[in-house]
Amino acid sequence: MTRFERLEATAAPIPIDNIDTDKILPGEFLKTVERKGLGRALFARMRYRADGSLNPDFVLNRVPWANAGIVVAGANFGCGSSREHAPWALLDFGIRCIIAESFAEIFYNNCFKNGILPIVLAVPEISALRETVADAGRARVRVDLIGQTVTYGGGIELPFDIAEGRKRALIEGRDEIAETLSLRSTLLAWQQANCRELPPILLGVE
Amino acid sequence: MPPRTMYEKIWDAHAILEMDDGTWLLHIDRHLVNEVTSPQAFEGLRMQDRTVAHPELTIAVADHNVPTDNRDGPIEDPASRLQVETLERNVEQFKVPYIPLRSARQGIVHVVGPELGLTQPGMTIVCGDSHTSTHGAFGALAFGIGTSEVEHVLATQTLRQRPSKTMLVRIDNALCAGASAKDLALHVIGTLGTAGGTGYVIEYAGAAVEALDMAGRMTLCNLTIEAGARAGMIAPDRKTFDWLHGRPNVAQGEEFDAAVERWGALRSDASAKFDKTVIIDARDVAPMVTWGTSPDAVVPINGVVPDPEDFPEQQKPQLHAMLDYMGLAPGQAIEGLPIDVVFIGSCTNGRLEDLAAAAEIVRGKKVASGVRALIVPGSGQVRLQAEDLGLDLVFLEAGFEWREAGCSMCLGMNPDRLAPGERCASTSNRNFEGRQGTGGRTHLVSPAVAAASALSGKIADPRKLER
Repeated sequence: MTRFERLEATAAPIPIDNIDTDKILPGEFLKTVERKGLGRALFARMRYRADGSLNPDFVLNRVPWANAGIVVAGANFGCGSSREHAPWALLDFGIRCIIAESFAEIFYNNCFKNGILPIVLAVPEISALRETVADAGRARVRVDLIGQTVTYGGGIELPFDIAEGRKRALIEGRDEIAETLSLRSTLLAWQQANCRELPPILLGVE
Repeated sequence: MPPRTMYEKIWDAHAILEMDDGTWLLHIDRHLVNEVTSPQAFEGLRMQDRTVAHPELTIAVADHNVPTDNRDGPIEDPASRLQVETLERNVEQFKVPYIPLRSARQGIVHVVGPELGLTQPGMTIVCGDSHTSTHGAFGALAFGIGTSEVEHVLATQTLRQRPSKTMLVRIDNALCAGASAKDLALHVIGTLGTAGGTGYVIEYAGAAVEALDMAGRMTLCNLTIEAGARAGMIAPDRKTFDWLHGRPNVAQGEEFDAAVERWGALRSDASAKFDKTVIIDARDVAPMVTWGTSPDAVVPINGVVPDPEDFPEQQKPQLHAMLDYMGLAPGQAIEGLPIDVVFIGSCTNGRLEDLAAAAEIVRGKKVASGVRALIVPGSGQVRLQAEDLGLDLVFLEAGFEWREAGCSMCLGMNPDRLAPGERCASTSNRNFEGRQGTGGRTHLVSPAVAAASALSGKIADPRKLER
C-alpha cells in the first residue's frame, strides 16, 4: 500500500452531494485489466462535452485546479458501485486526498487500500473550505495525517478525526495480505476447528 | 451469552482474531468472482507469487460485459472480450470453479449463486460487486468489496473488517395489491435516503417481509446498498429452507435436517438490541417510480415531480440539476411520461417470478409502437424455466426482445445501452446519470410497472390496465 503522511496541493471544490462511483468513473471505462491509465476518464461526464472536448466550466479543466491533488466535495461521496476503479482513477489523475461531509462505506475502504486519505469534516467547516479554495489564489491546502490537521487560507487549521488503526496503516503503507499470510498457521487451525467441510462445488455445467 | 442479533451471531461465528489496527479477520465462506473487478486482483497474486488459498470456496462467472443477443461468435467489443478471456485464463491458472459463458448455468452472479444452492443461511459471502447484499435474503452476511479486498480474500479466504452497527427495519402489515418487493424496497430507500444506512447492516423483519417469496426477499436485500448499508438480511424460515431443499450444493436427507436446525438458530434473539429501529407500514407502499438521478428520488406512480424550491437551500441546485438531466419540470405527473425503452432484468428483478409478473400483464397485448423493450433473464436457468412456461412466446408475440442472461442494460457495459436523451422504464437498481448509457434517463420501477409502461408507451400503472 502507498504511504501517506503529509500533502500540500491544490484543492478543487466540487460542491455536489452523492457523487457516485459512476460519476467518478463511468461504467464504459471499467473494461480494463489494469489499475493504471484511468486518470483521463476521471469524472468523464462532467469533464468532457458530448463531442469529446474539455468542458471549460468544470473545475478540473481550469487553472490551477487542473493540477489538483485534493478534492473537496459534499455528502455521501463515492456512493453506488464497489468499483475500485474509482479510487484508481482519482489516484492516476493525481488526487491523494478527498475531503467530504461523509463517504459511502465501500469507497471509503477502497481509498485506504490505495494510499488515498479520505477526510470527514463538518458541514460549516467544509463550506468555508470549499469557498476559499474556489479562489484560484487561495486554493493551496496542506494536509497533515500525523498531526490530523487540514490547513488553508493562510493559517486556518482544522483538526480531523480518523480511526487510529487506519491512520497507522496509511502512514506505514502496510502490505495487508502479507500480514494476514504471516498468520497462516492460526488461520488454518481456526478453519479446522470451525469450518464444516464442504464438498466440491457442483456447477451443474455439462 | 447476552442476546444477539442475527448479524452478531454470524459475525461471532466467523471472527478469527482482532488485528492491531482495530480490524477483525473474518473467515469468508463463499467468494463470488466476476470479470470486471477481478483481473487486477489475480494479477496482484501473480506479481507476489501467491496462490488462491481456497479455490473450492470460490466461484467465477462472467456477467457484466457479456453480450445478451448473439453468443455464437467471439465477443465483438475487444475490451469486453479481453476481460472475459482474462477471467478464463485466471480461473484456469488458479483452479477456480468457473461457469463458462455458453453454459446453460451462466448468468448474473447474484442470481446464479442462490440457484446453485451456494448461498446458504449463516454464511459470509463476498463479491467484488456492491449488489452482493442480495444473498442476505437467505440469512447470510453478504456484501460487496473492492478489488484489493478481492485479492485479500483470494490469497487468505479472510477479510479485514470492522464491526457494523445494526439497524432493524420492521415492515408491518401487508403490501397492497399491485405493490411488489421492488416498490417496497424503493419506498424504504426513499424513507432512509441513500446514506441513511451508512455504517449499518440492516435486518428486515415484520409481517410484510415474512410474506415475501424468496425472489422478493432477494430484491429487497439487493437494493439495501442503495440506502448506503452494505448488507441487508432476513431471518431464514420455512420458505428459505424449502427453496434451498434439493439444490445442487445443499445437503440432503438427515444432513439437510441438521442444517435446518442450525439455520433456525440464526434468527435474532427476541431481546436482542439494535442500534437503530425504523418502522414502516407496508400499506403506505404504492407502485413506485424514481424521478431523479439518485434512487431515493422516488414517488408513488400517481405522484408528481417535486419542486426543488420546496427543499432546503443547499439541496436546491442539485435537485434542479437532476430535473434538468431528466428533462422534467416541477409538478409534472409521473404517470403518462412518454418512454423510449423498457428494460426488464438485472440482479434486482431478473428472476423467474419477476418475468412471470411482467408476462401476466403483457399476455395477449402489444408493445407500443416506437418502444424498444428488452427482457434479459438473470440467468440461463431463469431463461430455460421461463421458456418451459411459454413466457418467451408471450414476450416475443408482444414485441419484446428475448435475450440471453447477463447484466446488460443495468449498467451498459455490453452493447445494450440507452442513446442520449432516451427515457427508460427499468427494473434495475441505479438511476445515476449515464448509468444505462451517456445521457440516458432512467426511471426505476417494478417488473409490473415496466411491463405496463411497455404496452402504453408511457409510464403506466398496471392496476389500471384492462385485463
